[in-house]
Amino acid sequence: MQYGFLQKALITSVMVGIISGVIGCFIILRGMALMGDAISHAVLPGVAISFMLGINFFIGAVITGILTAIGIGFINQNSRVKNDSAIGIMFTAAFAAGIILITFMKSSTDLYHILFGNVLAVRPSDMWMTLIVGIFVLLSVYIFYKELLVSSFDPIMAQAYGLPTKMIHYFLMILLTLVTVASLQTVGIILVVAMLITPASTAYLLTDRLSVMIVISATCGSISAVIGLYLSFTYNLASGATIVLVATALFFMAFIFSPKQGLLWRAIRTNKQKSAVS
Amino acid sequence: MKDAIVVSNLHVSYYGKEVLHDIGFTITEGKSVGVIGPNGAGKSTLLKVLLNLIPKDKGEITILGSTLKEVRKRIAYVPQRSTIDWDFPITVKDTVLIGTYPTVGLLKRPGRKERELAMKCLEKVDMTEFQNRQIGELSGGQQQRVFLARALAQQADLFLLDEPFVGIDATSEEMIVKILKELRDEGKTIIVVHHDLNKAEKYFDELLLLNKELIAKGSVEEVFTPKMISKAYGGQLSFLDGVMDK
Ligand SMILES: Nc1ncnc2c1ncn2[C@@H]1O[C@H](COP(=O)(O)OP(=O)(O)O)[C@@H](O)[C@H]1O
Ligand SMILES: [Mg+2]
Repeated sequence: MQYGFLQKALITSVMVGIISGVIGCFIILRGMALMGDAISHAVLPGVAISFMLGINFFIGAVITGILTAIGIGFINQNSRVKNDSAIGIMFTAAFAAGIILITFMKSSTDLYHILFGNVLAVRPSDMWMTLIVGIFVLLSVYIFYKELLVSSFDPIMAQAYGLPTKMIHYFLMILLTLVTVASLQTVGIILVVAMLITPASTAYLLTDRLSVMIVISATCGSISAVIGLYLSFTYNLASGATIVLVATALFFMAFIFSPKQGLLWRAIRTNKQKSAVS
Repeated sequence: MKDAIVVSNLHVSYYGKEVLHDIGFTITEGKSVGVIGPNGAGKSTLLKVLLNLIPKDKGEITILGSTLKEVRKRIAYVPQRSTIDWDFPITVKDTVLIGTYPTVGLLKRPGRKERELAMKCLEKVDMTEFQNRQIGELSGGQQQRVFLARALAQQADLFLLDEPFVGIDATSEEMIVKILKELRDEGKTIIVVHHDLNKAEKYFDELLLLNKELIAKGSVEEVFTPKMISKAYGGQLSFLDGVMDK
């Protein structure tokens, strides 16, 4: 009975680990890690407004997330300001606006929970929302896998044969805001980007095929969620931070031991070559 | 003979700086054409504007007797090698399979027929034994052959290749030239950007000499003259002497 909340926390975290792992693969392959960080911060004002209006906070979050993505694209295309600067300007502005809006709300614990997550307070409605979002995200990637692959790998060819690459970009941004909002309670806004890029980067070191990379990344994301949640519950640590550190530990294991890319095998191979030469 | 490409009065600029000025030419179907000119002449820009990847300031472009929108899927484009992310997690086989995507259509996956076609194209460029390699683990020439195989898998009527011979070995170059000649003999139209004058006369039926403006366009004999070349290449004459003496 009293573990009901733990079960909800577990299901939610695993789902978040899977979908952030999947979307994260496309984020890192498109060189958009900074964009991932930006969009995750930019949902804050949307979440605050949704709270005030009493509507579901996915709605507000998607709106401010997408507005920020469009703003970044607009500045980038209409001035000489570089892409990373445009991202920095827009997302800090959105984040600052969010902080001011939230101070109008009743308690500062809300802000704390949105920023850092509070997985043990997951309500049944949150869990169902996360599951629905998760299924939507996974189905989208499954259905548009071919288009996501070619537009990430060779956007020029994709555009040349008539794919709407801009629309695909914004569609990915929508998925990104959905994943961010789904992750609010497990890891919080500040650390969402870690769940997007760390498991995906781990997978990137372990395989040469996108489909396999997605599976490994989702697995790393959910394993991090389970182990992180266990550690945070047993030792009374902040859940989001613990999950992220577990994901980081997995990354460094791949960084050292990956058969093809790992430091260890590379060192062994160069040693062998050296002794072969001498 | 029908016209594959008709361009007239074409102007293109980046951020207000004009890089193509008043270009006009016609290319008939079944010809192989080399687009020649020094670095920064606007050769890549010309291919991109033909594909509507960048906007034109003004001008008319007719491709395969129609607007680009109608014929997009009948065009295969091989980009400059430097624009590809060679660390991308994709194998040789899957790279070639991408060539079938335009005809497979939205929401569908390449099936057995497409896989067989991809393998056949891979065989044509003699890369079958590397099919499961990650694309970054190949030599420059092998990489270029894989991208040619991808273009073959598109079963296009018009092929646009941007600097396919840069940084590749002699065997790969020979193979690519041979395949391009075969395609031309089948009636396909081939347009190849080539910045180096070496062998230009041997590889193509016609040359299009470009340096912001169209300097000359015609058969190799007409265009490959010292006067025209020096007009296009301007100051880089010392290295030209050797070429023109041959
Ligand atoms: N995306 C771009 N933005 C601004 N200028 C560009 C861009 N691409 C090319 N240019 C400029 O346009 C001119 C023509 O470039 P390009 O078509 O790549 O030449 P080529 O392929 O003949 O070497 C060059 O001066 C280049 O600096
Ligand atoms: Mg070029």
